[in-house]
Amino acid sequence: MTECLTKTNKKILTKGNYAIANAAIIAGCECYFGYPITPQSEIGEFMSGKMQELKRAYVSAESELAAINMVLGACSTGAKAMTSSSSCAVALMQEALSYAASDELPIVLVSVMRGGPGLGNIYPSQGDYNQATIGGGDGDYKLIALAPATVQECVDLTYKAFYLAHKYKNPTVILADGLLGQMMEPVEFGEYPYPEVDNSGWALTGAKGRSARVIRSYAPSADNQCEFLNRLHAKYKMIEHNETQWEEINTEDADIILVSFGSPARNAKSAMKECRKLGLKVGILRPITLFPFPSKRISELANTAKKFISVEINMGQMIRDIKLAVNGKVPVELINRPVGNPPSVDEIVERIIKESEE
Amino acid sequence: MMSHIVIDESKCKGCYLCIDECPKKLLKIGEKVNNLGVRLVEFDDPNHECLGCAMCATRCPDLAIKEVYKG
Amino acid sequence: MTNTLTQIFKIPDSIKKGAKFSFCPGCDHGVAVRLVAEVLDELGLRENTIAVASIGCSVTLYDFLEVDSLEAPHGRALAEATGIKRARPDKFVFTYQGDGDFASIGMAESMHSALRGENVTAICINNTTYGMTGGQLGPTTLLGQVTTTSPTGRNVEYYGYPIKITEHIALCDGTAYAARVSLDTVPNIRKAKAAIKKAFEIQMKGLGFSFVEILATCPTNWKKTPQQAHQRVREEMMPVFKPGVYKDITANN
Repeated sequence: MTECLTKTNKKILTKGNYAIANAAIIAGCECYFGYPITPQSEIGEFMSGKMQELKRAYVSAESELAAINMVLGACSTGAKAMTSSSSCAVALMQEALSYAASDELPIVLVSVMRGGPGLGNIYPSQGDYNQATIGGGDGDYKLIALAPATVQECVDLTYKAFYLAHKYKNPTVILADGLLGQMMEPVEFGEYPYPEVDNSGWALTGAKGRSARVIRSYAPSADNQCEFLNRLHAKYKMIEHNETQWEEINTEDADIILVSFGSPARNAKSAMKECRKLGLKVGILRPITLFPFPSKRISELANTAKKFISVEINMGQMIRDIKLAVNGKVPVELINRPVGNPPSVDEIVERIIKESEE
Repeated sequence: MMSHIVIDESKCKGCYLCIDECPKKLLKIGEKVNNLGVRLVEFDDPNHECLGCAMCATRCPDLAIKEVYKG
Repeated sequence: MTNTLTQIFKIPDSIKKGAKFSFCPGCDHGVAVRLVAEVLDELGLRENTIAVASIGCSVTLYDFLEVDSLEAPHGRALAEATGIKRARPDKFVFTYQGDGDFASIGMAESMHSALRGENVTAICINNTTYGMTGGQLGPTTLLGQVTTTSPTGRNVEYYGYPIKITEHIALCDGTAYAARVSLDTVPNIRKAKAAIKKAFEIQMKGLGFSFVEILATCPTNWKKTPQQAHQRVREEMMPVFKPGVYKDITANN
């Protein structure tokens, strides 16, 4: 646990959770507030030592509610601040996420998914796709949701999360899963690759030489709230336009396109390669941003592909967004494991063969 | 120069808490009504008895007694 | 009779220009907000302050103070304050909360901020009811008190006991100062201001958590005149919620 990773261009073998935590340090995260839950506790453990060593802010919060509200407080001053948690505990944070979206605060949340519903278990899962992309808080809001599939991407998307959160003043979630959090892979940290965002125009710093600023969500006037929501959603449109990110392989001539995010995308990719060896025209599209979702690209591909298959570790959540994008042009099937390790390569290949025969 | 108070008539909500506080009983419910529909408190000090103690302003919950001067 | 006039009362600079309180007639919130503003003025804190408003009638604080403010979700004000103070230790940070926010839904955040000795100040208005929602039973509702959710009065069988907030906060090792004050009379208003000032000074010295519980009226929901409401504070609340300084680490013994 006490291993202290540093900024380096050399490859280091480390776990996804440590990769996220160390990347946050390099990104300049000034405050970490957290509460333990498996399978992400390494993040809080790492941060407790490292943040104190660097004289940055750290609190072992009394609950996840407190932790994320501390992040809200810190972010209201323009600070880079984060918390990390998992599934049933991210459920506790939904109220604050809604407030942060309404307050337009740049909070960063790492959500390392485990099995649900309820207490569930500590196996890998993608049962919180809906939680991250639709949300459990009140009102019409969106989180930016980034989905790493490798430990290197845990680093890259942590950098990106801090950048996008501040650029768009929008709560941003890194949606990993228990497998990715615990898995070790070689990674390179390098430098934080994004420019620093100027928060001086809105952050609470004390009303010196200017009128007082208020960061609030309370909107007693319906007209004002209509105007606010229209503006908020114009921002979401802009995020969609600017920031949608995905990886796409062999889709041009594909009859079947696998769509998968996070750790199951790795098996899906291997299965795609196996199928190509068998002469089956299979491609893969891996969403990296879940909001914004690559709906436009999927819609285009629905003009050439004959079928889409969503590969997920849940009962089928992302499949809904795929279906919305495909809009009935071609069938959309599901290869899933309700919870636990992702569907195996063999399992996916077998199913693709079956689907291609239909 | 006489001690006196200044009332912001737009802010008085008619709680009349100030009336009980004045040691010289110089405040009373007047006839004038403001746009809140409230019969305003009136400061009536013909004999220049006001002490400038600010008890009334300290009690006022609405900043309606906005200034107090002691002579 | 002298020839000069001395202004001995004015609207504090920390109150927004032209601000009109939206509280009900006779509500003590207005006095409490003004006292906070007066102390901010006197200690020269306004331009370096970040206030945290909470949910309930206290949320409107940011409409009245010319101070940078964040609105916290219900009960979470001290978590927000913790985040602000940890991120920016040089800022002056205080919360303004009701008893429901502080001691019911926010009890964990309040108590743990005190236990950690967060160097922030919490002001808690105790009016023994949920005011904004129409007068329901809250954590400080007195035994026997009739509210819209205790129609025959608070009984122990269904509701249990009210909490004595300041006593609990004073027990936390991270608390540097904890006092309960009342706004029922002008002398008590002056004592309340002194307590707020003391609490703010404790934070300025970096001594830890400082807390002031303010006994206040809710004439509308109590269905009393403002005068009767103060009488109730004196006769019913103060015997149970006894005013006083419960902890002050700067006091000589």
